[in-house]
Amino acid sequence: MVLRAPQSALRHLVTDLVTTTVVALVIFGVMVGLRTETIPGGLELIPRWGSALSIVAVVVLGRLVLHLTWWRRKPGAEAIWVPAGLVRGWAQTLGQASKVARPALLVFALTLPFLPFTDRYLLDLAILVLTYVMLGWGLNIVVGLAGLLDLGYVAFYAVGAYSYALLAQNFGWSFWLCLPVSGILASFWGIILGFPVLRLRGDYLAIVTLAFGEIVRIVLLNWYWFTGGPDGLSGIPRPDFFGIVGFERGPGGFADTFGIEYSSLHRIVFLYFLILALALLTNYVTMRLRRLPIGRAWEALREDEIACRSLGLNTTTVKLSAFATGAMFAGFAGAFFATRQGFISLESFTFTESALVLAIVVLGGMGSQMGVVVAAVALIGGFEVFREFEQYRMLIFGLAMVLIMIWKPRGLISGRVPSIFLGARKAVSGDLAAQGEGH
Amino acid sequence: MAEAPSAADVLLKVEHVTMRFGGLTAVDDLSFDVRHGDITALIGPNGAGKTTVFNCITGFYKPTVGRITMTQASGKSYLLERLADFEVSRKARVARTFQNIRLFGGMTALENLLVAQHNHLLRASGYTFGAVFGLVGYGRSEAAAVDRARYWLSHAGLLERADDAAADLPYGAQRRLEIARAMCTNPQLLCLDEPAAGLNPRESDELNHLLLFIRKERDVGILLIEHDMSVVMGISDHIVVLDYGRKIADGPPDEIRNDPSVIAAYLGVEDEDVAAVETQIEDIAGGAKA
Repeated sequence: MVLRAPQSALRHLVTDLVTTTVVALVIFGVMVGLRTETIPGGLELIPRWGSALSIVAVVVLGRLVLHLTWWRRKPGAEAIWVPAGLVRGWAQTLGQASKVARPALLVFALTLPFLPFTDRYLLDLAILVLTYVMLGWGLNIVVGLAGLLDLGYVAFYAVGAYSYALLAQNFGWSFWLCLPVSGILASFWGIILGFPVLRLRGDYLAIVTLAFGEIVRIVLLNWYWFTGGPDGLSGIPRPDFFGIVGFERGPGGFADTFGIEYSSLHRIVFLYFLILALALLTNYVTMRLRRLPIGRAWEALREDEIACRSLGLNTTTVKLSAFATGAMFAGFAGAFFATRQGFISLESFTFTESALVLAIVVLGGMGSQMGVVVAAVALIGGFEVFREFEQYRMLIFGLAMVLIMIWKPRGLISGRVPSIFLGARKAVSGDLAAQGEGH
Repeated sequence: MAEAPSAADVLLKVEHVTMRFGGLTAVDDLSFDVRHGDITALIGPNGAGKTTVFNCITGFYKPTVGRITMTQASGKSYLLERLADFEVSRKARVARTFQNIRLFGGMTALENLLVAQHNHLLRASGYTFGAVFGLVGYGRSEAAAVDRARYWLSHAGLLERADDAAADLPYGAQRRLEIARAMCTNPQLLCLDEPAAGLNPRESDELNHLLLFIRKERDVGILLIEHDMSVVMGISDHIVVLDYGRKIADGPPDEIRNDPSVIAAYLGVEDEDVAAVETQIEDIAGGAKA
């Protein structure tokens, strides 16, 4: 554009502005210019041409300003707009900070229920965030490590939740027995999903996992006598204190047994520590697995499947183990979700949930455990903070995600820490790691 | 299983292998042997079917017709065309490299070599469960695996770059790392698909050293596809020449160098011009040797 002759540049500018005007008129003329009002007997169209035209004017002027400034910049002057140095510095700071941040965050998480400003609302929010952190860490095994794009992850969450609800209601099994059973059942379904997708790659894998999620949801919806269908399952037993005492008021309850004053918060605090423990277990197992042959095989699978087979790795079992492990943690999280809510229905297991968990993993940086925490806090916490701006909430999030993907296409924390070192520890740039199938 | 090979020291016996893709016959009735501790080169013009032969041997393709027998030093023999691709490496102990390097780019050189020892380590880790629940002493096995990796890294001249991502290494180093990775599977036959492609003379020399070391120290049979005549003539004990999927010559380098049909196939010349071309080839080969 800089090299263009002046006359041609002017013509280009005018053409561009006219095009912009037309496009903006078409879009905002309909979306803003016409408003529907419900009146008795139907709808009424109320024209708002003033607002529509002012938005169009803002767009055209904005583009003109861009033409005169940003697009006329000299090549290589990018630093003004994308603060490359700043971004790199930020990533570095974040990397250094994570050494301190990790233990600090853990201490914060452990003491949160006892901090003076903590109330019921904050605890509930923290439980929700931790549930998504756990789901994110679970999905990270499948997507981040093994590189298998799974769009139906919520199916395993649902299997876990329904396993606990049905076993507790029909057989009276306790939560502590059902928790491992839910995990095992979910990982069993992970293997069931794994088999048909073994030979699929890329987009096809994503489509089949998406379909699998929908199949599970629709089966649960229509199997009325078993799952309650659209009515859901209610009256799911709440967890007790490790099978010793429950949290109900009165003699024999938690407060009575331990000689403290009854508070409805006790149960919430217990739930908080339960999900914290489950999430930390997920993290611990994942970190442990990464240093074991199976974890390296997952990452090798993400990098190059054919090379894996040439080295004698049975990629079938490698893939199935990734699906099963990821699904197992979703099953644990599902059982927790059921006991926390006391009521489950399919509303909680829609595709949006899968997409949200995947967004957490991708936004955080695939394969990065800390990134998942940051992204889960930002997304779930952000949803709550912006609750007042209801209608603009999704707009803000869409914008934030687009910006992050422009600046940090590999996610917030994209570096990969190798699982073993001969010499000094150093991270591998995220750009070098393959993204696996379906990206 | 397979009948005893005619010569006791035959490692790999390829018999009447034919590979058809639809109407195209990529390999046509090919038979040759690879002996223990030998470097056998498979050469031929582009499209002669060399890589197809490789893919048949390493289990990535199943030959339409024919038999491929791998006889290990212990006397155990396997019919490779009946094994799944990953079993060719795991059971029959045939390792391979790829024409377009296939390393695990985001993983470090050391991690690449540990992935190659996956099956052994997986057993040592009690199929993961043992190590997760702390039932087995996995640490010692891993230390042994790291030692083996260190051994191959030092012989590939990559020890100081062990903690760098494989994709970060220079091209020649990536080639050597891929060979080191294949050697970490503890093979008896190493199949190299154009290991010298794209290497500069110094890197090519380093590669020759590595290959000769492997043959001398490890008693491993090597089968390589190569275009670089300085590598082929310099290190191989036995050469098989393919053209349009058929074997046109088979013998020691000196014999192959003077074989008119090889020269014709390579240069596409008429029979009467062969003599002129032969002297040229000798010059080139002589220069390469010196």
